[in-house]
Amino acid sequence: MNFMASKQPENSLLGPEADSQRTLYPYVTGTSVVALKYKDGILMAADMGGSYGSTLRYKSVERMKPIGKHSLLGASGEISDFQEILRYLDELILYDNMWDDGNSLGPKEVHNYLTRVMYNRRNKFNPLWNSLVLGGVKNGQKYLGTVSMIGVNFEDNHVATGFGNHLARPILREEWHQNLSFEDGVRLLEKCMRVLLYRDRSAVNKLQIAKITEEGVTISQPYSLKTYWDFSAFANPAQGAVGSW
Amino acid sequence: MDLNMNVNPPHSMGTTIIGVTYNGGVVLGADSRTSTGMYVANRASDKITQLTDNVYVCRSGSAADSQIVSDYVRYFLHQHTIQLGQPATVKVAANLIRLLSYNNKNMLQTGLIVGGWDKYEGGKIYGIPLGGTLIEQPFAIGGSGSSYLYGFFDQAWKEGMTKDEAEQLVVKAVSLAIARDGASGGVVRTVIINSEGVTRNFYPGDKLPLWHEELEPQNSLLDMLNVPSPEPMNI
Repeated sequence: MNFMASKQPENSLLGPEADSQRTLYPYVTGTSVVALKYKDGILMAADMGGSYGSTLRYKSVERMKPIGKHSLLGASGEISDFQEILRYLDELILYDNMWDDGNSLGPKEVHNYLTRVMYNRRNKFNPLWNSLVLGGVKNGQKYLGTVSMIGVNFEDNHVATGFGNHLARPILREEWHQNLSFEDGVRLLEKCMRVLLYRDRSAVNKLQIAKITEEGVTISQPYSLKTYWDFSAFANPAQGAVGSW
Repeated sequence: MDLNMNVNPPHSMGTTIIGVTYNGGVVLGADSRTSTGMYVANRASDKITQLTDNVYVCRSGSAADSQIVSDYVRYFLHQHTIQLGQPATVKVAANLIRLLSYNNKNMLQTGLIVGGWDKYEGGKIYGIPLGGTLIEQPFAIGGSGSSYLYGFFDQAWKEGMTKDEAEQLVVKAVSLAIARDGASGGVVRTVIINSEGVTRNFYPGDKLPLWHEELEPQNSLLDMLNVPSPEPMNI
């Protein structure tokens, strides 16, 4: 007697994979994260948008979180997968604390852990649909790295995800230098975030800037950037060519 | 980042477009964002295009398709005006748009709102969505951003508004759509057409009202940090 339909997909040619699932596409997504090394540590910026396709559905999503004492994680991509990663990291930090040996996981270790997680998921065709930025300071050493959803990972003086790679990195390549002050770092990040706001469809005008130094993590309260539209060319762009844009 | 990212998407005006009649004429409104996939190719485009002295059209959908259709119609209307000996009516302009949209429905992807004023019918708005249906309406909304405005207009639209009420309604509506539609953004442009003529207005992004979860813009985080009042930096 079979009242309920089987939950197994019809296609039993799948064999052993028949009852496993895979992530096919993201639903609620965050856009770019941008980060740079400065004099005292790392500065990271991300807007607070959670897009649902082309709808700007959620505008107060925190996409940067402190990890342990020494690290800061920023994520773009599927928000639910980011939340799952935070759960994995909670467990990692818990076990690390339970050793009670005075040692604690630094940013390099956390980055390596995340790389393994992302790469192994990719190999099973069930990726966590995120691009991650991991920054931190431990024992005076600054660290800034990134991992993508397919496990590509590297460290650099400045990193970005998504559109940030195309729009922010070129600005940072020109204007970043060693030993940036906090003020200069913030201004540089804001310059990048403003360009992203103009040119990334999924950007939202509400962001946070986080800093991590030897002392610890501080994430700013949410704020918005001024935008500039006061150009004569913007007022009447089609004047010389009626019907154009 | 999507592995199957669209690397050659056509230029599309995601868009929010609106046309509203009032007691004396019409107000047309639009956002100014043109995108190629997720990139904003033009953040200050002009989607309200002139067809004649007294008739304008709001364009949405494919930038190329909407431009070529309005270019053809401007050309036909020019000839028609010469033959007729007086300004073309809004209805004629709308019908020409309809002919092109309908007869080329398999190839075109553009939704248009025609609005204008003529001495016979006064202010009129015609919506011409995909497929080439012609529909005369007291107000029309179109583009991807319009999805977010159906409820708003159901509640806020009234017959017999004044010119200023109508323009404020349009600016508010486009601004609300911009807040939620990723494909709309930038500035709000309006065009008011009545017996006296045509007025173009421009409302830059920083002059629009703030909606839910939106904050007052700042020059920089640094300005907030130097103010002694509420602690801006919290763990």
